[in-house]
Amino acid sequence: MALIDIKDLHVSVQGKDILKGISLSIEAGEVHAIMGPNGTGKSTLSNIIAGRDGYDIKSGSVTYDGQDLLAMEPDVRARAGVFLAFQYPVEIPGVSTSAFLKSAINTKRRAEGKPEIDAMEFLKLVKAKNKALGIPDDMIKRPLNVGFSGGEKKRAEVLQMTLLEPRFAVLDETDSGLDIDALKVVSDGVNALRGATRAFLVITHYQRLLNYIVPDHVHVMAGGRIVKSGGKDLAHELEAEGYAKYLAAA
Amino acid sequence: MAASTQTAAAVREVEAYKYGFVTDIESDRAPKGLSEDIVRFISAKKNEPAWMLEWRLKAYRTWLTLADDEPAWAKLHYPKIDYQESYYYAAPKQKPKLNSLDEVDPQLLETYKKLGIPLQEQQILSGVAVDAVFDSVSVATTYKKKLQEMGVIFCPISEAVQTHPELVQKYLGSVVPVADNFFATLNSAVFTDGSFVYIPKGLRCPMELSTYFRINEKNTGQFERTLIIADEGSYVSYLEGCTAPQRDENQLHAAVVELIALDDAEIKYSTVQNWYPGDKDGKGGIYNFVTKRGACRGKNSKIMWTQVETGSAITWKYPSCILQGDNSVGEFYSVAITNNHQQADTGTKMIHLGKNTRSKIISKGISAGKSSNTYRGLVRIQGKADGARNYTQCDSLLIGHTCGAHTVPYIENRNPTAQTEHEATTSKISEDQLFYCLQRGMNTEEAVSLIVNGFCKEVLQTLPMEFAVEAQKLVAISLEGSVG
Ligand SMILES: Nc1ncnc2c1ncn2[C@@H]1O[C@H](COP(=O)(O)OP(=O)(O)OP(=O)(O)O)[C@@H](O)[C@H]1O
Ligand SMILES: [Mg+2]
Repeated sequence: MALIDIKDLHVSVQGKDILKGISLSIEAGEVHAIMGPNGTGKSTLSNIIAGRDGYDIKSGSVTYDGQDLLAMEPDVRARAGVFLAFQYPVEIPGVSTSAFLKSAINTKRRAEGKPEIDAMEFLKLVKAKNKALGIPDDMIKRPLNVGFSGGEKKRAEVLQMTLLEPRFAVLDETDSGLDIDALKVVSDGVNALRGATRAFLVITHYQRLLNYIVPDHVHVMAGGRIVKSGGKDLAHELEAEGYAKYLAAA
Repeated sequence: MAASTQTAAAVREVEAYKYGFVTDIESDRAPKGLSEDIVRFISAKKNEPAWMLEWRLKAYRTWLTLADDEPAWAKLHYPKIDYQESYYYAAPKQKPKLNSLDEVDPQLLETYKKLGIPLQEQQILSGVAVDAVFDSVSVATTYKKKLQEMGVIFCPISEAVQTHPELVQKYLGSVVPVADNFFATLNSAVFTDGSFVYIPKGLRCPMELSTYFRINEKNTGQFERTLIIADEGSYVSYLEGCTAPQRDENQLHAAVVELIALDDAEIKYSTVQNWYPGDKDGKGGIYNFVTKRGACRGKNSKIMWTQVETGSAITWKYPSCILQGDNSVGEFYSVAITNNHQQADTGTKMIHLGKNTRSKIISKGISAGKSSNTYRGLVRIQGKADGARNYTQCDSLLIGHTCGAHTVPYIENRNPTAQTEHEATTSKISEDQLFYCLQRGMNTEEAVSLIVNGFCKEVLQTLPMEFAVEAQKLVAISLEGSVG
């Protein structure tokens, strides 16, 4: 059974059809990549998976671990192991990154029936992850994402992912805004999580990321549909040729 | 002025005639309404000396002249209060003793649990007879004895009137004069009880007066009167109130708190107010008209107010500082939360009289539901206050689209060497922020709590440690159901 199974999903926003029949099945242990032109519905798909409001789901289904994902509240999905690294992480003034992280970790622990993390353990854990991701320890004292550079925001997303250890993570253009070194560090973070029980959906515009996070499958999305799927070589092909032929088809 | 004084005198005569002192002193409850007779009744009930009765009567007569001066300038709407429809004295009712927490309203227990109030305290708060393991009376007595040995006077103000009349006479009404304002004058006439604190010279009171106070929480709700005097070089931290929800049959509350800090003395006064706010439709709830003022009378003295206001249907409250002594410091930290139909008009006054006096105002207003939340502040710097400084920061956070937040800061600076700084922000909890938190596994209430607590962190940090944690939870509970 696939960990996540999307079947013929049709979604519109304010009367405009965005997703026009997406089907995608991802097994535990796999990494899938989606590439596609701007405005084609990649973030819309991410948001539908995460459970954001404001979309009109016309038809189709999404199951996660055999459950009807679309029937679950967003926080329930998250606690069940669904994670979205946002394309545009939100600033939360006044809330220190560390307070936010602690709160997120503790909700997960509560859901698992574990006691809350104690302050020392938390600091040790975060420091270790920071080190691996090249995040200065000072950053977590700052309000979440407030005044973070584009790259810092993306690193903070990956930090959250590594702390929460989701079973299924969607990375929506997490590579955008990262410098070359950061790209490698962040990819190492993702790769460290890869394993037989987890799956990833990586959305990117750049083939380069896929040199570091090597996908099992690559999909081309255009005009609200998956118009081509293939192996990791498809990404190279796209980089060389662009989307022109798929746009015509869509 | 003359005309109204005359009227007052005339009224007095008529009243004296009409009401001669006839109320039965044995009765547990004074008849409805307010008159000289009632004032005498209260005073007699408390066995007060003549000077105290005179003081009350003077207040009562003044109050009659203020009949048309009930403050109307605040951004608050409530039906006109008929003061003759209230009861002004009732012997504190013994709460029915319960045998175990099983007999307590489960909803109340749920709230205690959410606040993280320890089991034993839950029992005390809800009136469960406490077993020998934790004998609250003996703990309280131990504290009291310790304090006494250090020379601290900490007792009900009615007791202080008997045991320390010289201190009460000297300081009562010295910060909030009898004629100060409609509600304070009313309180002066009919106050029933409250706390009295005196910290002797040079003593740093080693314990939060809260611990003791909380265990001994009495039903002094309606017209509380508190007087705290910190003698030269002393320090005290006093905590009023309780995070646990407070109910009271009396809708009208009009407390007065006076603080006096002499040379080099410091008073830290923290309040957590969680009186019944009324229901979701705005029915019921306490009207809370409070006059709180501190006088930094001595040089280098300091008064710090921290308030967390989450309860009451109406809050009218401006804890203030009169910075008289040179180099004295006044600080005001406030979190005011309004939800559903609650209305709060709260803030502070900082009156700079002495040289190099400094004041700091940090106000965080959070409004949700259909509530209205106003910050009203005055910073006045008098001509002689050379080098005075003020910093004011007022932040408002809105939840939803149907609430209102207002900021009304007045600055009157009469000294060219003084400096004032004012910053204000208004923000909203956005859908994006909430979704972000949900995506990380928090539920809506946890998300709102996290964001709001972040917003008012600066204020909550000034609370005594163990209380700050409860206050954080209280913030969350007050906003339950405000989103989604
Ligand atoms: N709330 C909305 N109202 C109207 N249009 C919307 C809304 N949200 C998304 N859209 C539209 O839906 C389309 C798909 O947007 P989406 O963000 O999913 O694209 P994307 O593939 O992630 O693009 P990019 O590569 O630029 O991130 C766009 O045309 C966008 O303008
Ligand atoms: Mg996108």
